[in-house]
Amino acid sequence: MFFGLSPEQQDYQRALRDFFRSSSTSQDVRRLTGDERGYDETAWRRMAGDLGVQGLDIPEQYGGSGASFIELAIALEEAGYALGGGPLFASSVLASTCLQRSGDTRAMAEHLPGIASGQKIATLAVADDNGAWDPAAFSGLKARHDGRDYVLSGTKSYVLDAHVADVILVMAQTEDGSAIFAVNSPARGLRQTRLPLLDQTRRMSRLEFSEVPGRLVGAPGAAERVVTRTLLTAAVALGAEQVGGIRRCLEMAVEYAKIRVQFNRPIGGFQAVKHMCADIYALMETARSAVLYGAWCVAHDTSDLAAVAHLTKAYCSEAYYKAAADNIQLHGGIGFTWEHDCHLFFKRATASLQYLGSPRFHRELLAQAINL
Amino acid sequence: MDLTYTPADEAFRARVKEFIARHVPGGWRGCGALDRSAYDAWAEDWRKALLEAGWLAPAWPKEYGGGALSVSEQSILSEELTKAGLPQSPRPNDGLGFSLLGPTLLAWGTPEQRKHFLGRTLSGEIRWAQGYSEPDAGSDLFSLRTRAVLGGGEWVIDGAKTWQTAGMYANWIFLLARTDPAAEKAKGLSFLLVPVDQPGVEVRPIKNMAGLTEFASFTFTGARTAASNLVGGENNGVRVALTLLGFERGVGGVSAAAAYAIELDRLIELARHHGYNSDPVIRQRISACWSKVQIIRYLGQRALSAGIGGQPPGPESSIIKMYGAEYHKEITELAMDIAGTAGIAPSGALSASSLGADPLGVDPLSTSSWSTVFLLARAGTIYGGSSEIQRNTIAEQILGLPREPRVPIPVGR
Repeated sequence: MFFGLSPEQQDYQRALRDFFRSSSTSQDVRRLTGDERGYDETAWRRMAGDLGVQGLDIPEQYGGSGASFIELAIALEEAGYALGGGPLFASSVLASTCLQRSGDTRAMAEHLPGIASGQKIATLAVADDNGAWDPAAFSGLKARHDGRDYVLSGTKSYVLDAHVADVILVMAQTEDGSAIFAVNSPARGLRQTRLPLLDQTRRMSRLEFSEVPGRLVGAPGAAERVVTRTLLTAAVALGAEQVGGIRRCLEMAVEYAKIRVQFNRPIGGFQAVKHMCADIYALMETARSAVLYGAWCVAHDTSDLAAVAHLTKAYCSEAYYKAAADNIQLHGGIGFTWEHDCHLFFKRATASLQYLGSPRFHRELLAQAINL
Repeated sequence: MDLTYTPADEAFRARVKEFIARHVPGGWRGCGALDRSAYDAWAEDWRKALLEAGWLAPAWPKEYGGGALSVSEQSILSEELTKAGLPQSPRPNDGLGFSLLGPTLLAWGTPEQRKHFLGRTLSGEIRWAQGYSEPDAGSDLFSLRTRAVLGGGEWVIDGAKTWQTAGMYANWIFLLARTDPAAEKAKGLSFLLVPVDQPGVEVRPIKNMAGLTEFASFTFTGARTAASNLVGGENNGVRVALTLLGFERGVGGVSAAAAYAIELDRLIELARHHGYNSDPVIRQRISACWSKVQIIRYLGQRALSAGIGGQPPGPESSIIKMYGAEYHKEITELAMDIAGTAGIAPSGALSASSLGADPLGVDPLSTSSWSTVFLLARAGTIYGGSSEIQRNTIAEQILGLPREPRVPIPVGR
């Protein structure tokens, strides 16, 4: 029974912290919100080359380091702390997991090495315009046989980092059931519209497909299962990012409470402030516990994965939101300004709470998972 | 991360399960299904079985009748007993003796003290109460004022203690008393063992708001104990007491989570009975509770992991009590919401409730049980370090925020 990070994992964590501290400063984050691609190519390459992050949860035979989802979760926490990491979530969580879960070794061999090295950016397009996250209800895209290949028509939305993706995995309906397709991007017939986001540290697009060629990944009829499983992994991965965000908010709040003086003493000495900080600490450590356990479940494909993933998404989302909201409150007036960083985390927390399904949605799925 | 147990630990778990199977009566549904008199009739034999297995005081060395179990074995024993609805501390004073006083004597006691007290605690001949809190010293424990003065080879004790769990059954009390009035607060306290059956000790039951007398208060008026009943040296009481509170860290979390899981299963049965398992709002609240029970289990596993590895307690140790207590209020409130109006006119069997979740076997439809545990849950965020004190401690000691301003003791107090 060992519930924690090994010394090697802690060393790696330290290296990741150093990397993000130097490559994803507050100034970097703000600058990139105005950047067309939205991430720093040099930092992205360093993250792959020096730290092997993109390939952590990809087997060695496909160019990854063959570590595990737990190492990826460690990296995601640091990315969340720094609001950095570029297309890491889209490529190494969503697309990579979908490919691996499809069992399509041809597709895995085609795409995973590039994803692992960072040279290829991939993403997953499953949600429809209605923004719902139930794989049984995804319906906006249809696939039609065109000779040997398929062509795809319809729309998908809320697609993370689609504008920089080289390959987009989509879920579409065929006459044989729902299926996953790999779509090269850019492509004729594929029209992308960037969505202006509340959280400007992320980038999402709406995609319109007009007879766009797509290559089948896995078997028709299997997509719902594969996408469901992918979204469970993604829920835990997002939780890891959210824990990093909580940690950052706690640090900011505590640091401010120690230096801001009112009524002749640092405001951190007042119990109202102290107790809010203590509550954020408790949220952080409980959320972290859920993410670590969830990461174990993902890595070992345990029978309780679905319940754990749903609880993790709901819990970490609400915990991050509270931490980010209280961080603003604890900063007083300056917490409300554009220049201060509080709003960056509050907006990330707000968006992450809805992305991949709200806490309410996930708690209902959890109720189903425990046969309530 | 490795959430598996070693083969040796799994073999131990199998031994515990086999022991349980051998010792539970036929048709066993958990001790929560027994009423008071049935429990009393059965508990003595069960206690004897545990004692013979060395599992009544599982952490004690074998030479004192304990099981010398490792940290993981202690956790497994506790967990399996909880899941089977079997009390690990069958008699009200057992927990205090085995988990609190015993380890203190093992760490700080003289050979004579260990020889005299440990065996008698194990047999139940000596039944302990814990004498820390006072009417004027709760959260501010170290301001306590019970005095002990050495004279004629005896300590003479004057003062008052309150909130002694199972105090009315105790024949001995271990207490903190001020032995150096000139020393500030925590520095002048000593740890004493005091016999209760003497003229100078008066015990009064405290009736809690659930109508149960689980606690007592003690008044000491010229009470006496032999000088040899001082533990750990004069004016060293706080260090002795804090050792006691630190003992067996990491052991109880997993079984506490198991107890909460049993309680939640019972709540789900109540909800199903009323058809509330299909109510969307109730489903959300049950899911939220299920999530928190899992998180309590993860915190318990983290603590166990630290204990097994011989690590100092981690962050989980500062939040586990607070989190569990606040959860318990949440789930008992949910139970009352599901019970609805019927819950305000309680009926049904009442098992031997105490602080914490009711054990396996309690009737899920008994509003007497739910309303009792609902009332008792109000105390969970108060005793053992109130949630407000826990937050202060986290903020000051972990986050490094400024400590509370010190208020000087008023002149003439």
